[in-house]
Amino acid sequence: MWGEYSRLHSHLLWLGLFADSLGFESLFYQAWKIRESILDEMEATTGGRVIQGVCKVGGVRRDVANSFLSDMDDRLDEIEDEMKDLTNVFLNDYTLTKRLVGKGVLSKEDAYYLGAAGPTARGSGLDLDARSTGYLAYGDIGFKPVVEKGGDGYARCAVRCKELFQSVEIIRRVITDMPEGDVFTPVKGNPDGEYFSRSEQPRGEVIHYLKGNGTKHLAQFRVRTPTLTNIPPLVSILAGCELADVPQIVLTIDPCIGCMER
Amino acid sequence: MKMLKTILKQFLNKPATTMFPYVPLENFEGTRGHLVFDPAKCTSCMMCMKRCPSQAITVQRAEKIWTLDRFRCVMCGNCVDVCKFDALLMEREYAKSATPAQRSVETYEITYVKPERPKKETAE
Repeated sequence: MWGEYSRLHSHLLWLGLFADSLGFESLFYQAWKIRESILDEMEATTGGRVIQGVCKVGGVRRDVANSFLSDMDDRLDEIEDEMKDLTNVFLNDYTLTKRLVGKGVLSKEDAYYLGAAGPTARGSGLDLDARSTGYLAYGDIGFKPVVEKGGDGYARCAVRCKELFQSVEIIRRVITDMPEGDVFTPVKGNPDGEYFSRSEQPRGEVIHYLKGNGTKHLAQFRVRTPTLTNIPPLVSILAGCELADVPQIVLTIDPCIGCMER
Repeated sequence: MKMLKTILKQFLNKPATTMFPYVPLENFEGTRGHLVFDPAKCTSCMMCMKRCPSQAITVQRAEKIWTLDRFRCVMCGNCVDVCKFDALLMEREYAKSATPAQRSVETYEITYVKPERPKKETAE
C-alpha cells in the first residue's frame, strides 16, 4: 500500500514538473496540490512525508488501524475526482498534444535492446513491469501493466497518467483485503549467502543485490537504479529532434540526478 | 467553456494556500518531528548510539554525558524503538531550522539514579 502511495506521489510530482517545463505553471501547482493530500496520507500512516522509514528487517515498523483504512477509502474518492480533471488536461489539451505527439520517438526494438525500464519502456509497447513477477502482494491482486503503443512523449505521459488510476485501484483493493495479524516477525541469526531482489519504483525497475558472509556486516551491497538504464534510450531519442523540444524529451524519462550518478 | 467552469470555481472556493506562519501547522500524531530526551530515565546502555544511522548521538558512560547533534539527526526513530527505558521520544512538531554557524551539539547530563532493591534476606 505504501509502495503504491509512493508511486502516486512520484507520478504527480512528475506531472507537475512536466507541466512546468511546458510552460503551464498553474497546472504544476494543481498537480502538487493533489500531491499534498497524498503526502498527508503517508504522513499519517508512516510518520514521514517522502522518506517513510517504515521498513525493517523482518517486516514493517508500523501498523494502520482499521478505522483509518475506511476513512482513507473516502478520501481516495476525492483524490480520484481531482486526478480525473488533471489528466484530462494532460491527455486532451490541444497545445499539449501538438507538442508531444510524434516527438521523441523510441521504437519497440530500440527500447528492448537499449535497456529501457519503467514508463519509458511501457510507452513504447514493451510489456515490462517488475510487479508482474508477483512480489509482495501483487500476485494476489491480479496486476496487469499499463502499456501504450506509440513510443513518443505523449505515450509516456499517458502511461504515467493511467498508472495513477491503476495505483488508486490497487490501494482500494488492498484496503478491502488487508489481513489481520502481526506486521513484524523477529529475525535471528547473521546474514549469509546472496540475495537479488527486483522491485518496481515509479521510474522503473530497481535491483538490490546483497551478499552476506556469516558475520553481522555485509560483504557486498549494490543498488541499480532505473534512471541509469534509461540514459542510452534517451541518447537515441535525442538524435534528430529539434532543440526547443529537448527539455520536454529529457523530462519524459523522469530523470533523477541522484540515481543517474550511481 | 471548461475554462469558464474552472474560473468560476476559483472565485467561489476558498484559497488553497495555507497562511503558514500565522496559522499553525497541523500534522499527524505519528509524525516524526524532533527528538526529545529524558535524562532521568537513561541508564547509559548505549544502544541508541549503536543504532543511530547518522551517528548523531554519543554517550559517555564514565562522565554521564549524552549528546545529540540535531543537524545530523534524520528523525528515523531507530533510537526511540530501541530504547528499553523510554528515555527517548519523538515529538510531533517539526525540527526548527538553523544556519550552519549556529550548529552545536546539545549536551545533557544523565541524572539517572538506580533504584535500590531491598536486600534479599539470607535463608537460615
